Parts: sequence; structure tokens; C-alpha cells
Amino acid sequence: MTMRQNLIAVLSEGEIAEIDAELAHVPIPAGAAIDALKIVQAHRGWISDESLKAIAQHLGMSAAELDGIATFYTLIFRRPVGEKVILLCNSVTCWMKGCDSLQQNISDQLGIGMGETTADNAYTLLPMTCLGACDKAPVLMIGDDLHEDVDPQSVAQLFQPGAEEQ
Amino acid sequence: MSLDRPLTRNVRADRSPTDMAAYEANGGYQGLHAAMGKMAPADCLKTIQDSNLRGRGGAGFPTGMKWSFVPMDDPADAPGSNKHKYLICNADEMEPGTFKDRLLLECDPHQLIEGMILAAYTIGADVAYIFIRAEYVVATALLRKAIADCHAKGYLGTNILGTDFSLEMHVHPSAGRYICGEETALISALEGKRANPRAKPPFPQVSGLWGRPTIVNNVETLCNIHHIIERGPQWFQDLGLTSDAGTKMYGVSGRVKNPGCWELPIGTPIREILEDYAGGMEDGYKMRGFLPGGGSTDFLVEEHLDLAMDYDTIGKAGSRMGTGTMIILDDRTCPVGFVKNLVEFFSRESCGFCTPCRDGLPWSAQVLDDIECGRGLPEDMDTLARQVTFIGAMGNTHCALAPGAMEPLASGLKYFRDDFERHITEGSCHFHKEVHS
Ligand SMILES: Cc1cc2nc3c(=O)[nH]c(=O)nc-3n(C[C@H](O)[C@H](O)[C@H](O)COP(=O)(O)O)c2cc1C
Ligand code: SF4
Ligand code: FES
Repeated sequence: MTMRQNLIAVLSEGEIAEIDAELAHVPIPAGAAIDALKIVQAHRGWISDESLKAIAQHLGMSAAELDGIATFYTLIFRRPVGEKVILLCNSVTCWMKGCDSLQQNISDQLGIGMGETTADNAYTLLPMTCLGACDKAPVLMIGDDLHEDVDPQSVAQLFQPGAEEQ
Repeated sequence: MSLDRPLTRNVRADRSPTDMAAYEANGGYQGLHAAMGKMAPADCLKTIQDSNLRGRGGAGFPTGMKWSFVPMDDPADAPGSNKHKYLICNADEMEPGTFKDRLLLECDPHQLIEGMILAAYTIGADVAYIFIRAEYVVATALLRKAIADCHAKGYLGTNILGTDFSLEMHVHPSAGRYICGEETALISALEGKRANPRAKPPFPQVSGLWGRPTIVNNVETLCNIHHIIERGPQWFQDLGLTSDAGTKMYGVSGRVKNPGCWELPIGTPIREILEDYAGGMEDGYKMRGFLPGGGSTDFLVEEHLDLAMDYDTIGKAGSRMGTGTMIILDDRTCPVGFVKNLVEFFSRESCGFCTPCRDGLPWSAQVLDDIECGRGLPEDMDTLARQVTFIGAMGNTHCALAPGAMEPLASGLKYFRDDFERHITEGSCHFHKEVHS
């Protein structure tokens, strides 16, 4: 197999096309490193060692250098995450308004601690810096959705089956 | 149409977004029409310089002066040049306690884009980026739609409104990390690297993104531009109550009755913001102090309530106006825990490039944790004071993150020293009582 075929074996044609579109905007291929990581993560949920090596090869950089970039950023996941990531704000205003007990509630309900994923792979719980909604503290995000003024009662409902469709 | 609250005139009570039609119906893109082909870039620059607009990202650097450093006789300005100049909007907003840019982005995306087109025209930039934190998904979608609508109208793309000015604009969601908000770190992130800040000089205005002249401005700063171009510097100066010009997005969070974000004349007294707008403290809570402009500003206290909220006044009082969004420390929250939360945040967000920050902040966080959990020793007070001196001094670190981290700690030690000492003598936190260790 040639290098190129080798790569395609790991990255899909679609992923490669999206990465190549980003390459048009940068003077050197490594300039699209973060974009490429985000593209592959959007398709696969996370960046495995295999994906990392394939992206690095495609961008003409070493896997170690790309891993240095991948591990710098909190929203590039180098371990598998659940279908939805819960980002719980633990910055100062949310802390004053009880994010610690909120975390306890979530952990009790889902049976996971910070950084862990539920057994059914539905959720991963992560701490997050101020979400820019401090007037509605405490807040959290579930996937793309922001939930404001969360309290123990309302947080219980957020994870009930069908909660997202309501 | 409110002229004394220009930034929020399209903000509706339900915070629904203003689309192209509504924006234009309310006078939007008039600034663009007024300038294109009628004002030279140098005229626009002079207008912004004369307006005395200062950057709303935290440092308050005069915007016109910053722009004036961009070389204008650059080969990039020659027709047909393939060299770029860049304008970047900093929409990273991750400073704890800050929630003002989100409002502007979600409620009136076109106001930002109009300001950016005019800013790019002024500095001769042909490529613009909106670097936005990934969690702002709603704003990201709105901005992408707004950019597409501008292309359809001929406000973006090649030969804007029939002139020889062309501009491409991209929305670039971040991959996380607070340090990406520091402008040179932001440029590193846009280049696909780890977001380490860069040494200055060279300043980005001369050598920024891909080594080309680059201006980075905050969302709120750029939202002001089209209003100033349209109505002139004098109008803008007259909006302010003190020597600072314009309005400011002020915010209050914590145990107040009505936390929120409001556009008010710059220089509005702190007491007015806290009492008339934020509704005063929640019942059963008293204010002990507050950070005037986000997590990296020094505490102020009761005696400062009648000060005008502007850059110079707050600076003279020993703090910074920062982002203008205040965080209130109430009498039922532990000041040690409050400061510990902030220092832990900065410690976690250190980019790791320089030693005082990478190694010093975790040490500070550890000492604060010891004190908060009842394991503190009397000599810890001296340790903290020394850390403030070493880590807090500008010039000891590669960027302003670490000195910023020391601001709430230094002033916390000054105003709430008794609380720190009581933790140490009692071996517990008198706000929690239970000993955690
Ligand atoms: C650690 C750190 C984080 C910052 N984060 C932001 C931010 O999220 N948004 C912002 O506009 N400025 C931020 N700044 C300030 C920027 O470096 C820069 O000064 C600002 O974007 C310039 O815009 P202005 O001149 O319009 O204020 C940060 C600075 C530091 C040191
Ligand atoms: S002060 Fe901190 S964030 Fe800034 S360059 Fe040094 S290590 Fe990085
Ligand atoms: S502190 Fe939680 S949203 Fe700002």
C-alpha cells in the first residue's frame, strides 16, 4: 500500500476532503492542525492514536508534534467521550451559587465522577471555565445546549430519558 | 432608536437575534454606506483616534492608536498583491465573571460585522477572523448566517459596494483554553499551534498572523466602530460621564437581586450599577467586596462604591475596570475559598511556557487549599505575600495571565486578612465549619 492509501484506510474520503478544504486557507499544512483535529473529532467523537497518526501524516508533521497540540486544547478529546459531553461551569460565580453540590447531584444521578463516562456511553462529565452566563449561575452545557439557573430539582430532569425532546 | 445606548439598541427583552432585515430597518449598514468611497481609510482612522475609544477587552488601550501602528504603505496594499493584512475579533470571552460579549454576539451579530468591515477598511485588512470560543454555538451559527447575508448584499467579498476594497470574513471556533484570549496566543492558535503567547516586540500590528500586520480587538470595541464613523467623535465623547468616552457594557453577578448586563454611559458610579440595575444585594446577604472587571482584577470594597466606573478612576483606586463585569463577594461566602477558586482556575489555564506561572500558580493554589481546609500555617501568609511579589510583577512572566491571577489574591490578602488568619488559627473554615482535612 502507498502512504496515501494507508492514510485513506484510517481517514475517510469525507474527512480528507474537509481537511483539504482547510488547507487552502493556510500557508503551510501544519497551520490546519487544529482544524484537522476538530474535523476528525466531529466525525468520530474523539482522536484515537490511529487518527492522530493519520492526520499527522496527512499534514506532513510528526505525530508527537500533533499530539502536543491536541493535548493542549481542552475541547480536543484524546480519550473516548460519551454521546453528549456535560460541561459544568466551576468558575467563581457558579461556585458561589453552588456548582459543587450540583456536581454531586449529577454524579449521584449518573453514577460518574468528573472526567468519567456513563456505562451506556450517553454522557461524559467535564468541568469548564466560566461559560459567559454568570448572571444565570449556576450553568452547565449538555452537548450544544446551555442550561441556566440550574438547581438540584431542574438538574434531575435534564438527564431523564426524553428530556432533550421536550 | 436610542442614540445614547448605541450598542444595545437592537437588543430585545427576549434576547432574540436581530437579522439583516431588522438590522437595516433600524439604520444598520448606514455607517458602511457612509464610509465606502466617501471616507478614505485615513479619515476613518482619524475619526476613531479623535473619539478616544479605548479597547473593551480589558486593558483599555486606545483603539485608534493601536490601529495607527499598522503599516499603510505596505506591499499588501498594492492592487493585486497576494500578501494579506488581518483583522481579528477576539470573541474568546473566558475571563471568569464575564458575560458581555455573548449578549452582543447573540443579539446583534450584524453590528459586530459592520464594525469589522469598517475596521478592516481603515487598516487595509483583506482577511478578517472572528475567533470565538467553541461553547458559543448559538452565536457562531448567527455570525455565519450574517456573513452569508453580507455576501449576498455586497457588504463582504470583492469590491465592496463598488469600491476596490475587498474583504473575506471567517468564523473560527476555538478548541478551548482561556489563554487563547491573549492576543498573541490567539494568533498562535489561529496558526494551528499550541496557544503560547509570543514575545513583543514585534507587535502584532506589524508582525502578527503568519508574520503579517494584524489587529486584534475585542467584540465590544468593534461593535462601537460603525456608530462612531456614522455620528462622529464628538457624539461618542459626549456619551461618557467622565473623561472616558462612549458607553460600556457593565455586568453584575453574585448574590444580587437582579444579576445582569447593561449598557450604560462610561463612568456610571458603581453604586448606581449595583443598586439601580442589579437591584442591590439579595435579602439576607451583605456585600463584602467585589472584583470590578472579571476574575483578574483587584478587589474593591464598600468605600469605593461611589467611584465612577471608568478606566482611570478604577485604576487609581488600585484595581482595573477590566471587562466591566463585576463579581460580588457576599458576607456568607468565604473570601479564601473565593480567591482559591480563581487561583486554581488561573493555575489550570497556565499555558506552561514560563516558570513563575507554570510552577508558581499551582503552589499558590496549594497554599490556599491548605488554608481553606484548615491545614494552614502562620508562615503561609508570608509565602502568599512572596508569591504575589514574584508572580505578580509584570515582566517576571511572559504574559499577563500570571500577574492577573495575583490581583484578587493580593487585594484579598489586604482586605480580608482577618479571614485568612482566622482559618489558620482555628484550623478550619468559619464559613463551612466542617474541617475537610
Ligand atoms: C490571559 C488573557 C486572556 C485574555 N482574554 C481575552 C478575551 O477573552 N477577550 C478579549 O477581548 N481580550 C482578552 N484578553 C486581552 C487581549 O490580549 C487583547 O488585549 C484584547 O483582545 C485587545 O482588544 P481591545 O484592544 O479591543 O481591548 C486577554 C488577555 C490575557 C492576558
Ligand atoms: S504567564 Fe502563564 S500563561 Fe502567560 S506565557 Fe507564562 S506560563 Fe503561559
Ligand atoms: S462563572 Fe459560571 S458562567 Fe460565569
